[in-house]
Parts: sequence; C-alpha cells; structure tokens
Amino acid sequence: MNTLDTTLHAGEHGHHGPAKGIGRWLFTTNHKDIGTLYLWFSLLMFFTGGCMALMIRAELFQPGLQLVEPGFFNQMTTMHGLIMVFGAVMPAFVGLANWMVPMMIGAPDMALPRMNNWSFWILPFAFAMMISTLFMDGGAPNFGWTFYAPLSTTYAPPSVTYFIFAIHMMGISSIMGAINIIATILNLRVPGMTMMKLPLFCWTWLITAFLLIAVMPVLAGVVTMMLMDIHFGTSFFNAAGGGDPVLFQHVFWFFGHPEVYIMILPAFGIISQIIPTFARKRLFGYASMVYATASIAILSFLVWAHHMFTVGIPLAGELFFMFATMLIAVPTGVKVFNWVATMFRGSMTFETPMLFALAFVVLFTIGGFSGLMLAIAPVDFQYHDTYFVVAHFHYVLVPGAVFAIMAGAYYWLPKWTGHMLDERMGKLHFWLSFIGVNITFFPMHFIGLAGMPRRIPDYALQFADFNMVASIGAFIFGLSQLVFLWNVIACVRGGEKAAARSWEGAEGLEWEVPSPAPYHTFATPPKLPESQR
Amino acid sequence: MSSSTYYVPEQSRWPILASTALFLLAFGAGTLLNALKVDRGGGLGLVLLLAGALMMGLILVGWFGNVIHESRGGLYSAQMDRSFRWGMSWFIFSEVMFFAAFFGALFYVRVLAVPWLGGEGEKGVSQMLWPDFTAQWPLLNPPDAERFPGPEAVISPWQIPLLNTCLLVTSSFTLTLAHKALLKDERMQVRRWMFLTIVLGVVFLGFQVYEYVEAYHELGLTLHAGVYGATFFILTGFHGLHVTLGTLMLMIILGRVVVGHFDSRQHFGFEAVAWYWHFVDVVWIGLFLFVYVL
Repeated sequence: MNTLDTTLHAGEHGHHGPAKGIGRWLFTTNHKDIGTLYLWFSLLMFFTGGCMALMIRAELFQPGLQLVEPGFFNQMTTMHGLIMVFGAVMPAFVGLANWMVPMMIGAPDMALPRMNNWSFWILPFAFAMMISTLFMDGGAPNFGWTFYAPLSTTYAPPSVTYFIFAIHMMGISSIMGAINIIATILNLRVPGMTMMKLPLFCWTWLITAFLLIAVMPVLAGVVTMMLMDIHFGTSFFNAAGGGDPVLFQHVFWFFGHPEVYIMILPAFGIISQIIPTFARKRLFGYASMVYATASIAILSFLVWAHHMFTVGIPLAGELFFMFATMLIAVPTGVKVFNWVATMFRGSMTFETPMLFALAFVVLFTIGGFSGLMLAIAPVDFQYHDTYFVVAHFHYVLVPGAVFAIMAGAYYWLPKWTGHMLDERMGKLHFWLSFIGVNITFFPMHFIGLAGMPRRIPDYALQFADFNMVASIGAFIFGLSQLVFLWNVIACVRGGEKAAARSWEGAEGLEWEVPSPAPYHTFATPPKLPESQR
Repeated sequence: MSSSTYYVPEQSRWPILASTALFLLAFGAGTLLNALKVDRGGGLGLVLLLAGALMMGLILVGWFGNVIHESRGGLYSAQMDRSFRWGMSWFIFSEVMFFAAFFGALFYVRVLAVPWLGGEGEKGVSQMLWPDFTAQWPLLNPPDAERFPGPEAVISPWQIPLLNTCLLVTSSFTLTLAHKALLKDERMQVRRWMFLTIVLGVVFLGFQVYEYVEAYHELGLTLHAGVYGATFFILTGFHGLHVTLGTLMLMIILGRVVVGHFDSRQHFGFEAVAWYWHFVDVVWIGLFLFVYVL
C-alpha cells in the first residue's frame, strides 16, 4: 500500500484527471465517479427488481396458478420490494446528491471523500448477499418487504439470517452517506451562500439525510431483535415470553414511515429544480418550500401507526395517528400549490425532464389523495392489505420517486456527459412510461376497493379483467425502460454538444461550469452567480 | 465558509478492502449462526468471520494511520476539522437512535404489552391464551413458563449497578480533567487522568461481566427468561460493547499522547473519543434508571 506517500504529495498538486482502468472505480474519492457508480448500480437494481415485478404480473395475468409456485411468488414480492426500496430508489437519490450537491454549493468534493467511496462499495456486497438467498435451501425471504414477526422469525426460512446482515450493511452505507451529505452541505458551501439561498435539491437532501441518520439505526435495532429471537432464544416478538409481535410493527414502522419520506423528499427537490427552469420563472414560495419539507420530516415521526390501524391498537391511538397523518396533507399541499404557482404565467416549454416533472406533480398528487383516504382509520379497515394499498404506494413511488429520478437524470445528463439527449427518444420513453404506469396501477384501485388482497398468487374470478389490464400495463412500462437505458447510453456516447447552461432557463452554480463538468469542479470557491446573490 | 485549501484525498484502497472485510464478517456470522442453529459445527462460517474481523482490524489501523499521518502532515484546514466534527456528532446521534429503539421496546413492553397480556384494558383479549397469567414488572412469570422460564429474581440496583454508575460518572470527570490538562499542554497530567479513565472503564466492564455470571448462574436471569431478560441483556449488552469499544479507543488515544501526538490547539481525535465516552455515560444513566431502578 503506497497510499501514505502518494496522499501527501497529492495534497500539494491534487488536480488531474481520472485514473485509468478498473482502479478508477474501485479506489475513487471523486464525488462524480461515486455518483456515477451509485446511479449505474441503482439502474441495475431497478432492472433486477423490475424483472421480479414482471414475474409477479405474469403470474397474475390470469386467475389460477400458471407460472410459479406460491412460495416462490412470495419470495418475488419480498425481494421486489426490498430491492426497489433499498437498491434502486435510495441509491439513485444518493447518486444524484453525490453528483449535484458539491456542484450546486461550489464545493471541491464531498466533505469526507474516502468514506463516500466506502458508503457505495458496501452496497454491491450487501445486495450480492441478499440476492444469493434466492439460491439457498429454503429459498429467499418470503415474508414481504415489511418482514413482520413472527413470519420473519418463527416461520422464516434459514436465509433470514443473511437478510438481517444484509440490512445491517445497507444501514451502515446509508448512515455514512447521510453523514457525508450533511457535513458537505453545512460546511462546504461557497462564501455568501446562506442556508436560505441553498438550492432546494440540497435542502431536501439535507432533511432527508437527517431522517436517514435518525431511522436507519432503528431499522438496525429491529433486525437485531429479530436475530436475537431467532438465534438466541429471546422473546421480543413472542407473547409466550411476555413480548409482542405488534412491537415489531411499531419499531419497524417507526423506521418505515420516515423511510417513505426518505424516498420522496429528494424527489421534491429535483422537481423544484426542474419546474422553474422550464417555466423560466423563479420557484414560487422558496421559504415555504423549505418549511414544508421540514414539517413533513417532523410529522413523519408521529404517524407510524397508520400502517397498523387493523392490528388492534387503542382507540385513542387510532384517532391520534389518523389526525396526525391527515396533517401531512397541509405541507404537501403547500408544495403542490407552489409548483403550480411557479408554472402560472411562465414561459413553458416541454422538454423530456419537464414532461416527467409535470407527470410527477399530477400522478404523485393522485397517490397523495389515495393516501389521505387510507389515513381515515374507519375506512382503512376495508382498504387494509388490499390492492388499494398497492395502488397507493406505487403511485407515490413509481410516477412519484422513480419519475423524479428519471426527470433528474434527463435534466442533468447534459451536465454529466456533455451531450444533449435525443428529444424524440426521450419523449417516446416518457409517453410509454406515462401510459404504462397508469394502465398498471390505476386498475389496482378498483380491484382493491372490491376486496382483492395483496401478496397472493391467485385470486377470485371477478378480479380477472382488471388484473389482465394491469399486467399488460406492467409489461408496457417495464419494456419501455429499455428505451431509458438506450437513451442514457446514447447520451454518454454522443449527441449534440451541450452548452454550459444546457437548458435556457437553468439557474445555479452547476450551470456555470462547462458540460461535461470537469473532473474536479471547483479548485477554489467560485463566485455566486447574480441570480443567487 | 469555504477555503481554497480543502483537502481532497487521492485514491484510496481502504474503502473497497473494508467493504470486503465487512462482507466476510456478515457472511461468516450468518453462516456460523445458521450452522449452530441446526447443531452443525460452525467450520466455514467461523473461519470467514474471524478472517473478516482480522482484516477489518488491520484496515482500521491502516486507514486511521493514514488519517493521522495526513493530519500531522498539516494537510487538514480548520474547515476539514469542522467536517470531522459534524461527522462525529451525527454518528453519535445515529448511536442514540440505535439505543432509542431498544429503550422504546422496553417501554412498550412494560407499559402496554405485558399489562394487555394480563387482561388489562380494551386490548386485554389475549387473556384468553393464558388465563392464569398476571401482569407484573419485572416479569418473573412469562405466560408460557415452560418455554421461557422466568428469572427467580432480578439484579438489585443498589449494589453493583450503583457502583458502576459511580465508576462511569467519575470516568467522565477524569476524562474532562485530561482534556483540561491537554488544553494547558500539561502532558503528564493528561496521561495520568486518561490512565485513570481507562482503569475506571475496565473495572466497570469487570463488574458487568461479574453481574452477567451472577445473573446466569444464580438468578436464572438469561436470554431465554422471557422479555425481561431479553430487554435487560440487549440494553446492557450493547452498552457494554460500546464501553469496550470506547475503552479501546481511549487506549489508542493514550498511546498517541504518549508518543507525542496532539497539542493544545489541534486534538480532534482526542475530543471525538471523549464525546463518545460521554455519550456512553449518558446511555448508562438511562439504563440505570429504566432497567435497574424503576
């Protein structure tokens, strides 16, 4: 290891291009390299989890058991959820943060670059371990992504032990990534960029990082208690010893509810960057956006039991969690109104990133409204564990989080690659995705209200038509993501040269540097542009 | 806020090696536990676990060695120092939340789950399962006493736990005195107070081990003894692990003081470990109150 000497020398003249070969990616401390690694890893996981989703939809194309064993079906729903949440959506946001946050605030790199590399490289190992459980005796985890005890303890396959350790590794990665983002934003801003001048993507990520540090340890705690129950004879989740399976749900959802905001707050940030650019107006209500984001984060700690209305919690608890949940509609509404007000009388154009952003605003709001329906405790007794819930969270996660990630990718691709996107292909991807996603998930509202339970491989005949429609939509959506892959590769390989300010209305430090952004962006702190002073 | 000399390290091999080590640790631990569960010897799992642990230990020495080398080489600006401070603060916050999960579980079980099992309140339906069960805390009589034989008694707070409280609180003071001495560059005093802190930490751990032995052999207070034993051992156990880690870190810092590292202006390594030690102390106060006394 010759790092000792090289680091000391590099400190004096550290600004040159990337290293050659695979070593560049294994040993890198560069925020752009690490961002790229996160984004490609996330895309790989998106396709892996997507294939599992398509297996689920293929089985559900018709009633009866056709393609897979029910046990394997359960493994697919579990792994699909875990991979999409921890492998696709979260790393994609961290990748975007790695690429964009230092450029947006004028920092030389992330605050702790070596730890940044470690945060990423834990993930491939963790997911290799988790996916390898598919090939183990007894199969992969089959208890749903929420892994309720005792399904995940007393009745779990042996592979649950590896699942627990994989979750620990993902947690370590997330916490270190979040610490890095907080330290970067709080400590490395260019002189003159006060907190209330911070780009909104940075603000939402700062708050998300706080949520991550607050709740990933709680997830670690709950899987540790599972491990103890499984291997060391404790009875945390076993009433025979005085514990309670419902305790698992409380601790899990204390993590789980902030977790769903971890997956949406950075999306809010991306949309708040894109809409002003293509409306060619400043963001309406910047300060209220910041306060709304913070309010959502704080409320997210006080609503967890709305996932558990039917488990048997006291009436006072049902009421508290019902009203606290409805309160979240207020700051979320502030955000939606602000986006609409930003567009009002703007000079709008509809390039691919803007199309995805607009679809986000409309479809996420639909998901938000179905969430409001689910928040009403008495009616949740009917909706609970039906396809209505599946429809709800897929609306906020697919045309919500995933569309925002794609919008962000299309928006910043010119900055990353130096090439403009082929707009025709971008629009093709958008329309196929938009149509596919709605055909997939909208019918799920109806079959859910009619009573079809989630996580089953077979169903009653009256649900057949809508299930067939949903499956067709899923294949349209899934296959159209190949267009996305093609677009990204095409944009990396060539295309029209992108200007420093790749989009006419784009504001911010990241658009002051050339496209593609140089390997080391800011050797010395840049001047704040006029618009941000 | 930003200065032109923020140090961005060159490429490093430590992170990818550390990821490999972490994988070996996790995969080895999983394999070992699964083998033990079906009464197979832990062969491969144990080997992987130990290899991972050894590798991780070496990496930590090398990686921190790198950082110390850079720090003493004068590469770190005041801004870098602030990054380290933010990093350590938020790491400790994450540790607080880790313990909060177990404290939350303890409160839930004591205040809600066990009384409900005893038939109290509108959720007392589970009385149907074990009609003879009466709720009490500490829970000496788990509902299914055959599978989870309850403890005969629990640890009295006014003997070893009280003594341990005094030891840890004192150690926080002695460490602060060491810090004060460092600020005045009185290095012999730093060494004395740090040595005393470490001794207090080690004695604490010794008592803790003694208490565990007593719990297992004389009181029947075990991991299998129902939810009281579960919450008792997970809280005190993870705290004990943190004290162990903190003591090791204090020893390393003392070693660095002895070889002449740190001065009155720049000694964040020292401070970070001191923060960690105070955090461990505060957790103990919570433990003493809610696990032992109340």
